[in-house]
Amino acid sequence: MLKAEHLTYIYGAGTPFERRALDDISFSVQAGEIAGLIGHTGSGKSTLAQHLNALLKPLSGRVLLDGTDIWDKKDARNARFQVGLVFQYPEYQLFEETVYKDIAFGVKNKGVDEADGKRRQPTESELDISVYSAMDFVHLPRELADKSPFELSGGQKRRAAIAGVIAMMPKVLILDEPTAGLDPQGRREILGHIKAYRDATGASVVLISHSMDEVARLADSITVLSEGKTAMSGTPRAVFGRADELEALHLSVPAFTKVFRLLREMGVDIDDGCYTAEAAEAELLRVKSAVSRGAGEETC
Amino acid sequence: MLKDITLGQFFPGNSPLHRMDPRFKIVLVMVYIVVLFVAKGIYAYALIAAFNALAMALSRIRVRLLLRGLRPMLFIVLFTAILNMIYVSGEHVLVSFWVITITWEGVYAAAYMVARIVLLISATLLLTYTTSPIMLTDAIERLLGPLKKIRVPVHEFAMMMTIALRFIPTLIEETDKIMSAQKARGADFESGNIFRRAKALVPLLIPLFVSAFRRADELALAMECRCYHGGEGRTRMRVLHAARIDFLALAVCAVWFGGVITLGILL
Repeated sequence: MLKAEHLTYIYGAGTPFERRALDDISFSVQAGEIAGLIGHTGSGKSTLAQHLNALLKPLSGRVLLDGTDIWDKKDARNARFQVGLVFQYPEYQLFEETVYKDIAFGVKNKGVDEADGKRRQPTESELDISVYSAMDFVHLPRELADKSPFELSGGQKRRAAIAGVIAMMPKVLILDEPTAGLDPQGRREILGHIKAYRDATGASVVLISHSMDEVARLADSITVLSEGKTAMSGTPRAVFGRADELEALHLSVPAFTKVFRLLREMGVDIDDGCYTAEAAEAELLRVKSAVSRGAGEETC
Repeated sequence: MLKDITLGQFFPGNSPLHRMDPRFKIVLVMVYIVVLFVAKGIYAYALIAAFNALAMALSRIRVRLLLRGLRPMLFIVLFTAILNMIYVSGEHVLVSFWVITITWEGVYAAAYMVARIVLLISATLLLTYTTSPIMLTDAIERLLGPLKKIRVPVHEFAMMMTIALRFIPTLIEETDKIMSAQKARGADFESGNIFRRAKALVPLLIPLFVSAFRRADELALAMECRCYHGGEGRTRMRVLHAARIDFLALAVCAVWFGGVITLGILL
């Protein structure tokens, strides 16, 4: 689906502020998959995200979307409609008079593909469909459509901004720390909306975060970046299984994994590969029944 | 794109020029400018150019960066040169066609002006390249200190300048970020005629202004929380001290500039 091969990027090349942001990074996400991208501040997560939708051109390496290099065609702008990127704190990019117009901005820029390969402006009813379905995805009440985006609450602004990208119906949705600065309920809701978008459209999602619990709950695969390099990648189970290495990179493991590892160290026969609430519950129940059965045999 | 702006940018370093007291640097640059305009004749200019080259070498800043800072001035330099060539009249005609006559005197005047502008800009660039904005405003505040006697709010001006300078990189970064975010939604800043481009800036400018006002608000609040009430009775964390290197520079410059002026008088 979307694949990055051996990307290298340097900020401020040739000045005293030169910094290697990406160093030979490869990354890929399959259709319908949610890929987590984890790393410390300055590890290159955001830089990588901007490469995936052609906002930055790599110094070397390439980005393939459905097998074609996104810089191959003259119009790299096309890739930006296929790969939607929601920046960190996206509410700071709202600018239109009404929420509706703001969400429609991307859709209008994208246009509609005609059968003869030409692009035209979307009609009003087409716009309505895109905008309102995007608002539905993020649970933004339709009554807000005619309000100024600056009148919304913080959480609503965030959702309106995400809707502005979702409205373009991207095949790959990249979100850079979509839950930063939100309260726990707001976090859960946003993550739910993202999952709903994936389930409804079969799109791929790249979730950038430094919260392990968040990524653990949603991601099918995880890539850990450190200082512009890929530190590890694989299934959540495999990555969280290397807790010591994660801690060496100043990243923590999900809270459940942490507790289960401690239990294991205390001698409880428990699988410490659990990282979501559901899996943890099932594992605890299994251990509990095993222990009580064991205790029952002893008394006999 | 925006990060290419180097005019007035500071490059950290530890060269003799970096270590000098900013007050001395400002005064010396001012004297240098006066000397530049007083100087007459090719030898005087050669001497100034040599001084300039020495200062650049001492600053240990790469020549390429210095040249890049001059680039935005290219238009003004060319414009002045062409105007001088066309409008300065003289006896020794070089070429003459239609209504345009170019004389030797014109070419001479043009070369003069170009040398003057380039030497002027490169010296001031060197000042901002080797002095952090904070040091610069500190020095300006100290140099303008006597004006406080006649109730000029020097401290407030300096604080405003410091804040403005402090926020230039932040706003540039912010602009970059918003620009990328709008590009990600398909905004096109690079094509179309001037009206289309101006209109394309709306999605950039509105969020930028909103966030600039928000930042200003937050900063004002933060300053008040820490009991900021202007310059009255305020002491400094970093007090400027003139050191040996500053007096050395002063002496070198005095001799050099004296030489330039006498050269102008003698020849």
